This record gives sequence, C-alpha cells and structure tokens, in this order.
Amino acid sequence: MTKEEALLEYCIRLGDDSLILGHRLSEWCGHGPILEEDIAMTNIALDLVGQSRTLLTYAGEVEGKGRGEDDLAYMRSEREFKNALLTEQPNGHFGDTMARQFYFSAYYYFFLQELVNSKDETLAAFAEKSLKEVTYHLRHSSEWVIRLGDGTEESHQKIQESLENLWRYTGELFMTDEVSDMLAKEGIGVDLTQVKQKWDERVKQVLEQATLTLPEGTWMAEGGRKGVHTEHLGYILSDLQYLQRSYPGLKW
Amino acid sequence: MEDEKHLENFQNYVDAEKKIEPKDWMPEAYRKTLIRQISQHAHSEVVGMLPEANWITRAPSLRRKVILLAKVQDEAGHGLYLYSAAETLGADRQMLVEQLLDGTAKYSSIFNYPTVTWADMGAIGWLVDGAAIMNQVMLTRTSYGPYARAMVRICKEESFHQRQGYEAITALAQGSPEQKEMAQDALNRWWWPSLMMFGPTDDNSPNSQQSMKWKIKRKSNDELRQEFVDRTVGQAEAIGLTIPDPDLKWNEETGHYEFGEINWDEFYNVIKGNGPCNRERLKARNEAHDNGEWVREAANAYAKKKKSKAA
Ligand SMILES: [Fe+2]
Ligand SMILES: [Fe+2]
Repeated sequence: MTKEEALLEYCIRLGDDSLILGHRLSEWCGHGPILEEDIAMTNIALDLVGQSRTLLTYAGEVEGKGRGEDDLAYMRSEREFKNALLTEQPNGHFGDTMARQFYFSAYYYFFLQELVNSKDETLAAFAEKSLKEVTYHLRHSSEWVIRLGDGTEESHQKIQESLENLWRYTGELFMTDEVSDMLAKEGIGVDLTQVKQKWDERVKQVLEQATLTLPEGTWMAEGGRKGVHTEHLGYILSDLQYLQRSYPGLKW
Repeated sequence: MEDEKHLENFQNYVDAEKKIEPKDWMPEAYRKTLIRQISQHAHSEVVGMLPEANWITRAPSLRRKVILLAKVQDEAGHGLYLYSAAETLGADRQMLVEQLLDGTAKYSSIFNYPTVTWADMGAIGWLVDGAAIMNQVMLTRTSYGPYARAMVRICKEESFHQRQGYEAITALAQGSPEQKEMAQDALNRWWWPSLMMFGPTDDNSPNSQQSMKWKIKRKSNDELRQEFVDRTVGQAEAIGLTIPDPDLKWNEETGHYEFGEINWDEFYNVIKGNGPCNRERLKARNEAHDNGEWVREAANAYAKKKKSKAA
C-alpha cells in the first residue's frame, strides 16, 4: 500500500463517519422532544455533513480520478462505505441517539485534537475548523447523558441501557490496521492508542457524574472499516442515494 | 378598565404609528387577536418543518442537503422567536403547544399538502416562502413591537429561503426533460394552495377590518395576493415554467395580472381537516411530543436537583 492509497482510505473513513452520523441525526429533524433539540440536532447534522463534504472532496483529489464529493457519497455501494458501525446504528429513542453521539463525539474530539498536528496541511486545517464544532457536539451530548442519567428513574434506566447496547460498537473506533499505522508513523494520521486513553477517562468521568455504570463488555463488533456493515447501512444508502441512482448523471 | 377614554387613547397612539409594548395598556381583544395570530404563525413554522424534513435524507446532492437542513433549522428558530413573542402577551408556550396538539389551534393550511417529489423543495421555497414574505414584510410594520421586531429578523431568512428555492427549481427547469417535468408538476400542485395562503377574499374575511384599524394588518388579503401574483408570474416565465391558470392575463389598465377563481371549497375543506396530510402532520407532532415526554421530565427533574443542591 502506498502512502497515497492509505491517505485516500483514511479520508474516506473519516468522511463516511461524518456523513452517515449526520444522516442519522437529520432523520430527527421535526421530531425532537423539544423544539430547542430539533435545532441542536439539526445543527450537529449540518456540521457533520459539512465535514464529510470537505473530507470526501479531499479524498477525490487524493485519488486523482476526477471524483467529487457527490460521486463518492452517492455512487458507492454498501461494501465501499467505510464508516464505523456505531455511526449507522438506528436513532432509537432520544437516549439511544445521545449515547451514540456521546461515544462518537468523545472519540472524535480527542482524535481531532491530535489531527491538528498532522503533516498533511489539508487534514490539519480541517481538524482545526472541525474541532470547534465537535467541542460543542461533545458538550451537548455529555450534558444530555448527565441529565438523563441523573434525571428520573425512567431516564436513568433508559440511558443506561442505551449505553450498554452501543458499547460493543465503540472498540472499532480505536481499531488499528495497516492504513492507520502507516499514516500515524508518517505523522499524517493519529495515534489511536492515545485517543483511546483519553476517551476512556472522559467516558468514565461523565458516566460517574451522571450516576451511571460504565459498561463492562469486552467483546467488540467490527467490520465498518472493511466495508462489512450491519444491516442498517443498506437502508441509509437507499434513502441517501435514491435520486442520483434513479436519474444517473444529472445535475441538481 | 376598558372605558371609552382608554380605547380612544390606544387608537390615537396606534394612529400616530407608535409601537405598543408588552407593558402598555391594550384592549383585551387586541391582546387576544395577537396571541391567536402569533401562535398560529409559530405553529405554522413548526408544522412547516415536516413536509420539508421529508426530503432531507433524500436530497440529491450534499450541497442541496445542507441548504435544506439549514432552512428547516431556520424555521424551527422562527417558531421559537414567535412563541417568545406570544409569551410577551401573557400566553404560555406549553399551553399554546397543547392547543396545536389537540387540534384546536390552526396553522397554515399549505403544510397539509404532501411533498411528493424533490421538485417540491424548490416550489416550497419559491412559492410558499415567497407568499409568506409578502405577509411578513407587512408585519415588520405591525403595531405590536415584539411581533414587528421578530418579523424583521425572520424576513431576512425567509427571503434567503425564497431565493434558494427559486434557484433549486431553476436548476430543474433548466435540466433534463424529466427534471423539467418534475418542476412543472410541482408548480402545478403548489400554485393554487400558495394563493390560498393569503386567506379568504376581503368580503369573506370578518376579522380583517378590526386588525387593519389596529394596524396589526396593513394590507388586505386580496391586496397581498395580488402583489404575490404580480411578482411571481415573471419569475415563472423567466425559467420557462407555466402558471397553471388559463385565465391568467395581464391587464394594461390596472397594471396587474388578472387570475382565475380560487377553489374556495378546497380551501375550507383543508381548514376543516380534510387536506391530504392534516392527520399525518398532527400525528407527527403528537408523536414527537409524546415520545419526548420522558426526556422533558428528566431535564426538569435534573434542573430541580441542581437547584436544590445549589441552595
Ligand atoms: Fe419561517
Ligand atoms: Fe422559510
């Protein structure tokens, strides 16, 4: 694998994470528990889709075959998407969504903190800009985990269950392979073991404050980075890609 | 005390083009009319999110997706400002929302029509936001201060929505034959309901006169509707789309377009709840509210705990 190939794969993974999680959040639009949360979740969805545009555009440039953001978002199939399984999990109830967001944002926040030092200027600039957005995403979701954990008995139970259910998808975020190792060594990518340590601490601290119990399972699901997804992704793509697939090659 | 003197002073104050502020004396009927109007307006913003949110996940490009997301988010923001404006009159947001949910409060009937193709996103921005602007620009000069100020903020965003909608439908009208057909079909379906947004004709609009006298409204339904038609016909022509009205013609003498008879049966039927999506819209709002109950309870319980810890 060349450095360019690794970089392309890296950008696709990051871009797909944002795109798919942004898609999930956008499904909430108009259906949130209060109007203020409709605004907040739409806002986060906007940030994430915006981030994916930057990353997929860059991926297309690195690839050098003339593919742009929309070619990559709309014309790849299930096995070509490389998002982490966590990001494609269904919204469930509001607690499920906040648990998913909290796990992801805590990871992404510490990830971007490292990525700002990337030797790749595009990635470093992207990280710098996105870090501001993700700082808010992490604060917003942490506050909800705490409110729900320390709210009523019902909300405590619900969010505890959400955190347990999604726990098995958190390991994949820190999984390393040839791509991540090569780029970390080159000073382009991020050392995920450091990110994992900070993530562990933060999750522990927030759950403690929320009077919740840290899930203990050690078995972790994986496959997203290799394009082997849960059954949910296909349905996301059939929504996301419907128009481009029905009318190939048109401008909108 | 609503004696003659108070009423007269109030009318003089309004006639002098001064703004009424929350703490000023106002006739009960003025307060009631405003609460009804502002809350209906707020409900319309919130229900109006649904037909457009329907296409967010299916938007045909990432650029169109973020534009649509941002627009629907703006509408939620409009809902919030307007509920706040209603609260300055002593209304309670939760109570107003209850009235929406149990079907006693009204919202703009246009949102009871379905968004069946992507072109509807263009048509809504262009026509529905376009029609809303006519009304809202007038309301920036309404006599109640907080409402007028909310409108100034909202109008800026609405005119942005209108331009983006027109740009989106232009892209279709100038696209492939299928896209062009999609655009024309959307115009065919949204044109008449957009004209209905201005409400009944002036001779069938019982409350309008009092609202004009109090300068809540400054133009009649028919005047606003005419302005909208005059402005929109040329926009349709410019992108090669045809307004679905065989009676539409330019009148040299008046300097206005004449247009065909609106189907008022349809208008009153949709208001009564028989539009294509009335049930779906209310159901969606009720489900969101019910599913969110435990979340709101948790947030309240948490806030209380925090408060008692701080005390
Ligand atoms: Fe609006
Ligand atoms: Fe709007």
